[in-house]
Amino acid sequence: MASLDRVKVLVLGDSGVGKSSLVHLLCQNQVLGNPSWTVGCSVDVRVHDYKEGTPEEKTYYIELWDVGGSVGSASCVKSTRAVFYNSVNGIILVHDLTNKKSSQNLCRWSLEALNRDLVPTGVLVTNGDYDREQFADNQIPLLVIGTKLDQIHETKRHEVLTRTAFLAEDFNAEEINLVIEKRYFSRENNQIPGFPDRKRFGGGTLRN
Amino acid sequence: LIFFLDTGLPEGILFFGFGWFFFMHQLFKDYEVRQYVVQVIFSVTFAFSCTMFELIIFEILGVLNTSSRYFHWKMNLYIILFILVFMVPFYIGYFIMSNIQLLHKQRLLFSCLLWLTFMYFFWKLGDPFPILSPKHGILSIEQLISRVGVIGVTFMALLSGFGAVNCPYTYMSYFLRNVTDTDILALERRLLQTMDMIISKKKRMAIARRVMFQKGEVHNRPSRFWGMIKSVRTSAPGSENLTLIQQEVDALEELSRQLFLETADLYATKERIEYSKTFKGKYFNFLGYFFSIYCVWKIFMATINIVFDRVGKTDPVTRGIEITVNYLGIQFDVRVNLDPDLSFCFPTVDFFYAISSSKSSNVIVLLLAQIMGMYFVSSVLLIRMSMPPEYRTIITEVLGELQFNFYHRWFDVIFLVSALSSILFLYLAHKQAPEKHMTL
Repeated sequence: MASLDRVKVLVLGDSGVGKSSLVHLLCQNQVLGNPSWTVGCSVDVRVHDYKEGTPEEKTYYIELWDVGGSVGSASCVKSTRAVFYNSVNGIILVHDLTNKKSSQNLCRWSLEALNRDLVPTGVLVTNGDYDREQFADNQIPLLVIGTKLDQIHETKRHEVLTRTAFLAEDFNAEEINLVIEKRYFSRENNQIPGFPDRKRFGGGTLRN
Repeated sequence: LIFFLDTGLPEGILFFGFGWFFFMHQLFKDYEVRQYVVQVIFSVTFAFSCTMFELIIFEILGVLNTSSRYFHWKMNLYIILFILVFMVPFYIGYFIMSNIQLLHKQRLLFSCLLWLTFMYFFWKLGDPFPILSPKHGILSIEQLISRVGVIGVTFMALLSGFGAVNCPYTYMSYFLRNVTDTDILALERRLLQTMDMIISKKKRMAIARRVMFQKGEVHNRPSRFWGMIKSVRTSAPGSENLTLIQQEVDALEELSRQLFLETADLYATKERIEYSKTFKGKYFNFLGYFFSIYCVWKIFMATINIVFDRVGKTDPVTRGIEITVNYLGIQFDVRVNLDPDLSFCFPTVDFFYAISSSKSSNVIVLLLAQIMGMYFVSSVLLIRMSMPPEYRTIITEVLGELQFNFYHRWFDVIFLVSALSSILFLYLAHKQAPEKHMTL
């Protein structure tokens, strides 16, 4: 118990993309039945066995900080949100595959979170423009997750996935596209058949 | 070419484009437009509303000949009534139904039902008011206009009252609470502490669940009710503990939300304080004093109108415009009451930003279009009263015989009620806020 270290991961994205559902899924192994508006920040904890099975196995607590709100919020809300961006170990950017604007807003989200650390004076130097340079020396690992894949018609999936692959390249991030849908999960909570994912079109599944 | 200009089409297209542009770049700049029909409806409503005002101005200036103006009035009015009474409510019902998961399949059916309910209440609305003389038929245009007018005037008066009070309150720096950086830092520290407490409790829950899972328990996360039943029958200390901790976590999460909102509020106040020190801020502060005097005058006048049972002829704004125009020597009769227009603009757009979300934005935009359309129609009604008799003829002809005095009286009453309750509400909110921070 005492050896459990702290890992803080931010979950960012536009309103309604499925951040709360995602966090709930990861931490409780269940689908969130009644997603509601996230005011401020909601935290959940996942216990993770790092390097399971090897002698160096260590159990970590991964804190998932699900920050609510939209990227175009009033600056007072942005300043308040900034208090959550301290000492972050990783960032998960979530966007909705059926909503192009949420993908475009990811740049602004990441700039908002990263600038907090890069410029310790606390001045937000973002004007929304994307600049690859700003991500070049970024040490914090980024993960881009696209949700609601099932709501896209079969024929359009390839086009959407290509677009998101480019997005992930720009961030120098890893990418996963998810289906979060109720009927994939059976009643027993410890039996999740595994949600399908594509890691840069490479395939492979995520085991729980 | 004359005929083309005569039909009013170019202005209509211009207004339509303006409404479209406004929609895209202001209202919906953070959302994705999924259903273009919403945008079309909004722009169309906006276009026809503006065209109606344009027709009034044409009436005064004497542009175009009488018969074509009459024709345009009639056409415009029919179309806008059709939109306000049939199309927009139906689409509002349709989009509300689309949001509700259960009824998604039969949403067409349910939106028809909703529309019929709306029509029923809409019709019933006319009964208690002495709106029109009984010699008109059931489905005449007067019936529809009278009801639309009542709703529109009510909304206008409500928003006017609130805007008239809220505007000086926001502009004047006298009301700004004193916020220091230490206050903000203290609140932020409390917020982070609360988050840490939530995290530690959730860690305990996660570990407990893991232990239970490894021991082969079936339910990883018992629902509260089931957990209670279980603990009565078979004493399972694990699940009992979890329920307790879950309740504590819920309380802490509620606290964290409150702290977040309070911190945001403090940041907003701090920004306003800094803004008020700038030149622009000082200008708005001065405007605020001016508006507060204006607001007091309005309330006073409304009270007098009601008490002494008279209908107001002009108001200071119109009087001021009159004087200016006469001074500049322009042959322009400006005896029109523009007063309600001002206070309307202030709260509406901010209100939209505050309450919209990606799911409900469609519904809210349609509501906005509905209110806007009704507002414009009732403006026409009210304007007719303040216009000199020579210009009233066409409106009276088109709109039939409605009891216009009633509308003015109704406006005054609702305005007074709205303004007074806004004052009360703002006073209470203002009193409450500093006490919260005193306890830190």
